Amino acid sequence: MNKKFTDSLKNPFNYGLIGGVVIVYFSAIGIVEVFSERNLIGESLSLGHLMLFFGALFAGIFTSKKIEHDNPLPNILSGAFAGLVSSIFPLALYYIGTHFNLREIFINVTPNLMDLLLFGRESAATGLFLFMLTTTLLGMIGAGYYLLPDVIKKPFTSGFAWTLGIALFSENVTQILRTLDKLVRDRSPQSTFIRDNIRTIFQDGSLVPNVAFWIFLISFGITLARVLLAAKKMDQPAVVEEELTPKKKLAKQITNMVLLAVVLVFAPVFIGRFLSQVLFLVGLYIMMGLGLNIVVGYAGLLDLGYVAFFAFGAYTMGILTTTTNLNPGGGLNFWMTLPIALMVSVTAGLILGFPVLRMRGDYLAIVTLGFGEIIRILALSDWLAPIMGGAQGVLKIPNPVFFGKVLDTPETLYYIVVAGSLIAGFISVRLRDSRLGRQWMAMREDEDVAEAMGINLVQTKLLAFSIGAGFSGLAGAIFSARLGNIFPHSFNLLISVNILSLIIVGGLGSIPGVVIGSFILVGMPELLREFNEYRLLMYGILLIVMMLNKPEGFIPAEIFKRELHAKDEELAGAQAD
Amino acid sequence: MLKMKNWQGHRLTKDNNMPSILSVRNVTKRFGGLVAVNSLSIEIPKNSISAVIGPNGAGKTTFFNCITGFYTADQGIMEFNGTVINHFGPDKITNLGITRTYQNIRLFSEMTAMENILVGQHPRLKTFWAESILRTKRFVNEEQQALEEAQRLLNFVGMQGLGDQVARNLPYGAQRRLEIARALASNPDLLLLDEPTAGMNPNETGEMTRFIQHLRDELGITILLIEHDMRVVMGISEQITVLDYGSKIAEGKPKEIQNNPRVIEAYLGRGAASGLEAAAA
Repeated sequence: MNKKFTDSLKNPFNYGLIGGVVIVYFSAIGIVEVFSERNLIGESLSLGHLMLFFGALFAGIFTSKKIEHDNPLPNILSGAFAGLVSSIFPLALYYIGTHFNLREIFINVTPNLMDLLLFGRESAATGLFLFMLTTTLLGMIGAGYYLLPDVIKKPFTSGFAWTLGIALFSENVTQILRTLDKLVRDRSPQSTFIRDNIRTIFQDGSLVPNVAFWIFLISFGITLARVLLAAKKMDQPAVVEEELTPKKKLAKQITNMVLLAVVLVFAPVFIGRFLSQVLFLVGLYIMMGLGLNIVVGYAGLLDLGYVAFFAFGAYTMGILTTTTNLNPGGGLNFWMTLPIALMVSVTAGLILGFPVLRMRGDYLAIVTLGFGEIIRILALSDWLAPIMGGAQGVLKIPNPVFFGKVLDTPETLYYIVVAGSLIAGFISVRLRDSRLGRQWMAMREDEDVAEAMGINLVQTKLLAFSIGAGFSGLAGAIFSARLGNIFPHSFNLLISVNILSLIIVGGLGSIPGVVIGSFILVGMPELLREFNEYRLLMYGILLIVMMLNKPEGFIPAEIFKRELHAKDEELAGAQAD
Repeated sequence: MLKMKNWQGHRLTKDNNMPSILSVRNVTKRFGGLVAVNSLSIEIPKNSISAVIGPNGAGKTTFFNCITGFYTADQGIMEFNGTVINHFGPDKITNLGITRTYQNIRLFSEMTAMENILVGQHPRLKTFWAESILRTKRFVNEEQQALEEAQRLLNFVGMQGLGDQVARNLPYGAQRRLEIARALASNPDLLLLDEPTAGMNPNETGEMTRFIQHLRDELGITILLIEHDMRVVMGISEQITVLDYGSKIAEGKPKEIQNNPRVIEAYLGRGAASGLEAAAA
């Protein structure tokens, strides 16, 4: 065997091993087994299968990425090899798991899991052979998939994404369809079209195979058409795209806004209670995310105790609206308390801001972390229990009343959150594009020079802290009015971490990034209940993958894109020279 | 009132008919046991180009940092346009009318050239931050004017069309000029330039020298610079102060400095002055 050949096997081997480790890991922590209950398409493909195989698939894709050949054969072969290698560890797991008792350490290595690895076959030999064959095939598919030209790759990706997406969110899709069904039947009680079809699309929460096939075909077709159309447009360079005139631009903007407004206003009507609740939560996190985005994204002050301001808002709302020792005659109403909650949290932002003015980076992060904990512990303490209720929290917070109508359902409270997020977004945009926004940006870039440009650091930092705190306080007030009861342990560090993660995943300093981040990190886990147990694991994986591949986030702000890709640009520049 | 005028008149004759814009008296700055600036007194005449020179580690940049408020002087008085600025922070001093550039360029490197200048304009802009949320007429007008002014400054330093470039990607010379433009944006009375021609080739150096002269002549800004390139220093400065180990060892016109034995000694070592004289003879 010559050296070249062995060398060429090195990459597939490594990727295969990594893929195998992923498979074994998912198996050993129980994801595979738990998810195998959840059928995606018919009875044949479960979420567990997906978890089991994606290691092999990605081993193939990465292998193929590393090799550049005009001829697809080497890629496919090494993909197959990678797939085959990725079965080594799972097979070892099977062998060890059946011969020794691993369950004292890995309680999830159950006989059930062993059966899964054999695809339910009786004989171990056939089962394991089948397993190896599958991973090998998947490796090949992965490698081949990477080689496909964009024109075919994109439709394939979109087809798979839609099919799996609908299967994954089957419960929510069903809910939307049910709500629609109800709306239709309110008008014409005879029409049972939607209701009948729900059953033909989903059975026990899994997509019926031929429907899945049709969904795949339709999304494949649509994307193919779009790709082809785009390609055709590219072929005609004669048509110079005209700059949009300001008037046209404005018209376009207005149309977009009206569309957005219509969607936002009518969404709860169509999506039902549960999804409205999810949207409510997402909106709450968007508000907080926008606030923290000002502190971290714009001003560059790493604040890990952001949840404290959320707590300030929530407790202000709770204490002032309920009947307590402080106001025995009964509380204020929601709308009167809202500005007070805002003021209280802004003041809290100022109070936190003062002692940490001189701190930078890590030190600031630690101090704010401590601040967040102090607030939580104060809320929990016996000392403040007469006011804040101690561990019992504040109970029976009234719902907001809007012109005589009690807003007590997610569908109605949703509107308050939407209004709050829109205001927060508006303020964020306006501030970013103003002198204050530039001050923050300059301060983040170089504090000393910013000061030498005449910028008052004290004022600029305090403004960032207090405006950010204000957004969070409003969110807290709305949150407590929605829940009705608040407890100190609702305001733990995890919320700060969540908000920070969603900003980073979405794109630091970017407003659409905050929205996307909230949907991904707050909305998705609510919808994918199966993953709830593994929520933090998924967070971790997502964050690591993001940091490695797209450190600037999904929708990056221009300035961070520049910063994080400075090296690439320099390299490109050096090559161009 | 009359008395005052007389007194000032007296000073005028003393300082070559020019009132001083910055007067530094007996300023000392220590870092632990090290005396970086030792009882230094300098008068910077209004509308002049002055230079501070000295070997490496003579305390020139420390002196700049004291003037701009980055360090607080341990002793002495610094007076700018009649205001004692000893205990002012950097932002306040900039707002009074002193701006600076840095030895190793310190632009906001990820921001565009335009944004850099806009930040520099900070002391001149007056709208309250909340006005930007409401987009009041005052705010919109001010922003518009700021943009126009920034464009004008960009053109002034010869960087037409480079406004959208990220500062980091600009060529070295342009970065130097952008830093000056940013400093000019606040409309200063006194501009401190810390080695403006460092790292430049003779061609660029010549250009920068002319540019500095142009600054003074066109905009009437007083300039104080630290410089190592003697051709630049001797060519444009009207007053030169020489520092060595934090103390002033000589002061005067370029001609006087060139022939000062203590200066030659500081630069070339003990005995060098007499050696040179011998060589000349």
